[in-house]
Parts: sequence; C-alpha cells; structure tokens
Amino acid sequence: MARIIVVTSGKGGVGKTTTAAAFSMGLAKRGYRTAVIDFDVGLRNLDLIMGCERRVVYDFVNVINGEANLNQALIRDKRSDNLYVLPASQTRDKEALTRDGVQGVLEELAKTFDYIVCDSPAGIERGATMAMYFADDAVVVTNPEVSSVRDSDRMLGILASKSRRAENNEEPIREYLLLSRYSPERVEKGEMLSVKDVQDILSLDLIGVIPESMAVLNASNSGVPVILDEASEAGQAYMDMVGRYLGEALPHRFLEVPKKGLFRRLFGG
Amino acid sequence: MGLLDYFRASRKKGSAAVARERLQILVAHDRAERHQPSYLPKLQEELIAVISKYVKIDRRMVSVSLERGEHQDILELNIVLSEGGTSASR
Repeated sequence: MARIIVVTSGKGGVGKTTTAAAFSMGLAKRGYRTAVIDFDVGLRNLDLIMGCERRVVYDFVNVINGEANLNQALIRDKRSDNLYVLPASQTRDKEALTRDGVQGVLEELAKTFDYIVCDSPAGIERGATMAMYFADDAVVVTNPEVSSVRDSDRMLGILASKSRRAENNEEPIREYLLLSRYSPERVEKGEMLSVKDVQDILSLDLIGVIPESMAVLNASNSGVPVILDEASEAGQAYMDMVGRYLGEALPHRFLEVPKKGLFRRLFGG
Repeated sequence: MGLLDYFRASRKKGSAAVARERLQILVAHDRAERHQPSYLPKLQEELIAVISKYVKIDRRMVSVSLERGEHQDILELNIVLSEGGTSASR
C-alpha cells in the first residue's frame, strides 16, 4: 500500500516545492519507490526544481483526460531510479483536475510505488484541495513569520474537515510541521519567532527545521534538489527530516547560533 | 556582533514577542470560529432583527457562541443593551 503525503502551506513562497523535491528525493535515496506530483495546474515549477523541465512531454491533466497513459507522462529522475516526476499541466483550465481523475491516477500509482508526494500549489483553490484530499500524511511548510503561521493554521482546519479521511470518518491525516527559512541569529536577537513559538501556536509534531541557506537558491538554480547538497546545512536538515518521517528519532540540528570565541564576541566578525 | 550591539540588543524587546502575541490571539479566535456550527451567523442576524423591534441595540453588542462540553453543549447568547448600561445575558 502506497502512502500519500501532501506538502502544503497555504501561503506561497515558503518552500513547498523545494520541500517536495528534497523529500521525494530523500525517500528515493533510501530505496523507496517514490512518485512526486505537481498539482500547480497552470504554474508548473516542480519540473524546474527537479531539473527535468526539458523532458516533459505529457502531464498530469493529459493522463486524467486519457490523452496519454501514466507511464508516458512519468519522468524518471536521472539521479535515482526510484524517483519519478509527474509534471503539472500548463493549461489555464483550473477545472481540469477532477476528483475522479486525481483518484484514478493515485490508485494507479499506488500499485507500484511506496510513497506518493503531492506538491500543493499555494492558496485554497482546487489544485490545493485536490492535492490534500486523498492524503494520508501532511507536511505543513511554515516560515517563522506571522502570515505564514496564520495560513498554516487555516490549512490545518481544511485538512481536518475537507479530506477523504475526514469525510469518511477515518483516522485523521497525520500532520507534521516543517519550519523553513529559520535563522537562529535572528531568533537570538528576538527578531524572529522561535521553533517553540511556532510549535506552541500550531501544536503540531515538528518533523524538521530547515535553516535559511544559500544552498537552496543554488540548488534551484541548477535543478538539483537541495537534499543532494550533502555539505549544506539545508541538505542535512532535509535528510534528517526524511529520517524522522521514516520513524528515526533524530535530534533537531541548526537551531542554535554557532558559538563564537570571546575575541569575536567583543569585536564582531 | 560587536560590544555595542550587545548592549543595544539587551535594551529593546524584539519584535518576535509582538508577533507571538498577535498570532496567539488570532489563531485562538480563528479556531473558535472554525468549530462553530454553520447556523450561528444566521441565528445571530435573526436575533438582532427580533431584538431591534423592541429595543435599540448596537449589532456589535450581540454575540452568539456554542461551547462544546463533554456531556453537553452550551449555546451562549450575550446581548448588551446600549442605553442605560443594563445588560441581559444568557
């Protein structure tokens, strides 16, 4: 049985696609057959972050409409044989994602994959609600910033009421908080909400904290999921997050400002 | 961070504390609203209409909420009359 995970947030620009790309690559690297689906119809971007934009022939909506079969649309990742990308359509017709159509694609994927990662668009329109409807687990990506935290809370409300699990009175979706763009320096200065602040407000299980990192822009520039940049803090934090998702008890890293010597503390640097 | 910044940082309270307070209030409010049954806004409108027939009231002074308990739910109506300072509740 495949497990379906939605990466969601409500607010745009907080790192959903970066997370979907890193998380799916991490699961694939651990040996699980993983598919990652872009639900952002009209604004396809996961292909760019995954570095497969020039290999897109058919897309999600083509499969739903029966214009292509799933195997024609799935793009196998060049770095991992376990990872496949299903790109979003660039059509402007938002109605293209039908519930039956999405269900059909997910059911077919579930036959051969261990994990299906759904990269949700921002907002609460159809793409976002379809991405979460069939989910078993949700990764709520949040920045330590007021509008992002508020939107995440709104998404938790929607997850709890408008999903298949909620409608069928099944066990609720497991929800995890992923705090991204975290800056321990600014937290220490009292300029940024801390991990604990956000956790207290949202009361969610913390699956990871991704520090603000130059590596994320470098990774998206070159179309390589940041988790493959093993030297970077962001890459390591995503690897930890994948481990925690798989049930490993790993301490959170990169939450503190690295300690400086007395000389640098007094004279800056 | 230099020596001067050290003193400066300890003097002022950071904006994160303000953010935390604002969010706590906002999220609590949003959550309370989310768990309310959908008929409440309409009930509130109709109550305002009925009461307005008899007394002059400020519509902001009528609140309706449902509190869910373990054994019973409490529907709470709070109506504050604008003139004379008298208030009737529940």
